[in-house]
Amino acid sequence: MPSAIVNEYFRTNKLPQIWCPGCGHGIITRAITVAIDKLGFDRDKICVVSGIGCSSRATGYLDFDTLHTTHGRALAFATGVKLANPEMKVIVITGDGDASAIGGNHFIHACRRNIGITTIVFNNNIYGMTGGQYSPTTPKFDKGTTAPYGNIDKAFDIPTLAAAAGATYVGRSTAYHTNLLISLIENGLKNDGFSLIEAVSSCPTYYGRKNKKGSAVDMLEWQKDHAVNISAASKMTPEALEGKFLIGEFKNSPEPEYTSEYQKIIDRFIKE
Amino acid sequence: MKRKAQLMQGNEACVEGAIAAGMRFFAGYPITPSTEIAEISAEKLPCVGGKFIQMEDEIASMAAIIGASLTGLKSMTATSGPGFSLKQENLGYASISEVPCVVVNVQRGGPSTGLPTSPAQGEIMQARWGTHGDHPVIALTPSSVKETFELTIRAFNLAEKYRMPVILLMDEVIGHMRERVELPEISELEIANRKRPGVSKDAYKPYKADEDLIPPMANFGEGYRYHVTGLVHDETGFPSNSSSVADKLVRRLMDKIETHKDDIIQWEEQNTEDADIVIVSIGGVSRASDTAMKMLRAKGLKVGTFRPITVWPFPEKRLQELAERVKTFVVAEMNLGQMVLEVERIIKDKAEIKRVNKVNGEAVYPEEITAVIEEVL
Repeated sequence: MPSAIVNEYFRTNKLPQIWCPGCGHGIITRAITVAIDKLGFDRDKICVVSGIGCSSRATGYLDFDTLHTTHGRALAFATGVKLANPEMKVIVITGDGDASAIGGNHFIHACRRNIGITTIVFNNNIYGMTGGQYSPTTPKFDKGTTAPYGNIDKAFDIPTLAAAAGATYVGRSTAYHTNLLISLIENGLKNDGFSLIEAVSSCPTYYGRKNKKGSAVDMLEWQKDHAVNISAASKMTPEALEGKFLIGEFKNSPEPEYTSEYQKIIDRFIKE
Repeated sequence: MKRKAQLMQGNEACVEGAIAAGMRFFAGYPITPSTEIAEISAEKLPCVGGKFIQMEDEIASMAAIIGASLTGLKSMTATSGPGFSLKQENLGYASISEVPCVVVNVQRGGPSTGLPTSPAQGEIMQARWGTHGDHPVIALTPSSVKETFELTIRAFNLAEKYRMPVILLMDEVIGHMRERVELPEISELEIANRKRPGVSKDAYKPYKADEDLIPPMANFGEGYRYHVTGLVHDETGFPSNSSSVADKLVRRLMDKIETHKDDIIQWEEQNTEDADIVIVSIGGVSRASDTAMKMLRAKGLKVGTFRPITVWPFPEKRLQELAERVKTFVVAEMNLGQMVLEVERIIKDKAEIKRVNKVNGEAVYPEEITAVIEEVL
């Protein structure tokens, strides 16, 4: 029996979803709907846009206007939706490869414009849909089907990238830390400008198996044991932080939003 | 009622036509020789309450106009050569997801960066087959500044009517040429808008076509809450792996244009009634063809011209009719032989076919056409 929130916001006739058993994506997708529910947005004015990959299939299950686009391009399509009708709440669901490899250019420019789009990157450290190739967030020396001897690329830190590029709200949580994730998405949606929330997911089928990370439960336990809230991290020694990653709200510094700025130009020059 | 005469550039007439047709969204990226279209759109759109955005690249511009069109605004992008290559990915997306939009390609010399400031017609085949998979294409080719205005409006009308991307295939000759034009009043223009759903929001199926094979279109934000994907999808818009759904979708997309060819196809012909020789050309080259015809007619030769206005779908039926009695077709184009392939396919061995081809970055001169014709005689 689906829960009340699933009944309310999911296209239940499209369930069950296609994700593997133990995938973290379902938890994160549900967290998005909980955040929307808490904010009480008009669901007819919400558009959820995605690219290509496992996470991007989420749009098919969500009962809003949903746009499943081309690989890496979700933010560019979403920019068109938002600028065409700034009243819309626009949410982008994307993966680590979709957002930071093929979509990397669109990603930094959407951040830079501070356009009112809330982006949730489902980061499972691998290309899952194509069967386990290394992505820009695969940790150095980890394996993928295209890195059989270990990945020699340095990984992107997506929140740091977003903050540097100009996103005005930035945070990270995990599939394990669901309540924190919900509150970050909620705050991201409240920010008028561009918000980026990285949701650390888990791929037991490919990343986990290739790198001997254990079961789906072991991978969630790993998130619990290795995530440190940024508020706690400031009191910890570098040694204690070794091998850990930060979660929490990293940046919350509102600035004028892109479509509002454009509206000012229209207001000055409109003749009709 | 005519507006006062003005001196106008082709690229400028394109924007005038687009705004007259109802364009309220433009996304683009700077590229020669189409840049003026973006510059003028940036200046004029806010004045009519529309939106302009310069995106980070050509791919993003194409994506943004699809998003904006789905959200209810008539949308356009403009590019040239290398940028047109980058548009192909999302041109395919607009085809399968049936999103109306206009893509202008002011052709320049290629391949690759090629000759950025020089004219060419090297994308006649790319316009038809540039994006992967079977898909319908409408491509219009203006040959004057005034016709650029008219065909930009027609491009929007066809895009809205048939729910698909329409390509305005200009060339640098037309894009940068300045001519005296008298544009009609907006009230005199015929403007088409997308067919709207006639059912309740719950009953709406975004890809359930009417008898005309065109599905009515709801806009995002209106409460229909529907799904759009580049995957093969059924009438509800959701992805499907069914072979019968895939077959039905791709065939309907093609048939949507095939069954309406007579409404879409346009061409212009001059002096074909008694012609032994017909010059076939589009865009900037057709201006040289007109002059060549006049030069040869002055010498008493029976020469006519045939100018496809829709290069895709190609005016096949009319060309077949002409081939019943015309002895020689001379296909002149700024490439090494693209449109001629279509002419050869249609005419087969019913008539002789001669080629005039140029890829040195210069426009075709009338004398280059007359020289080939005089050889024939």
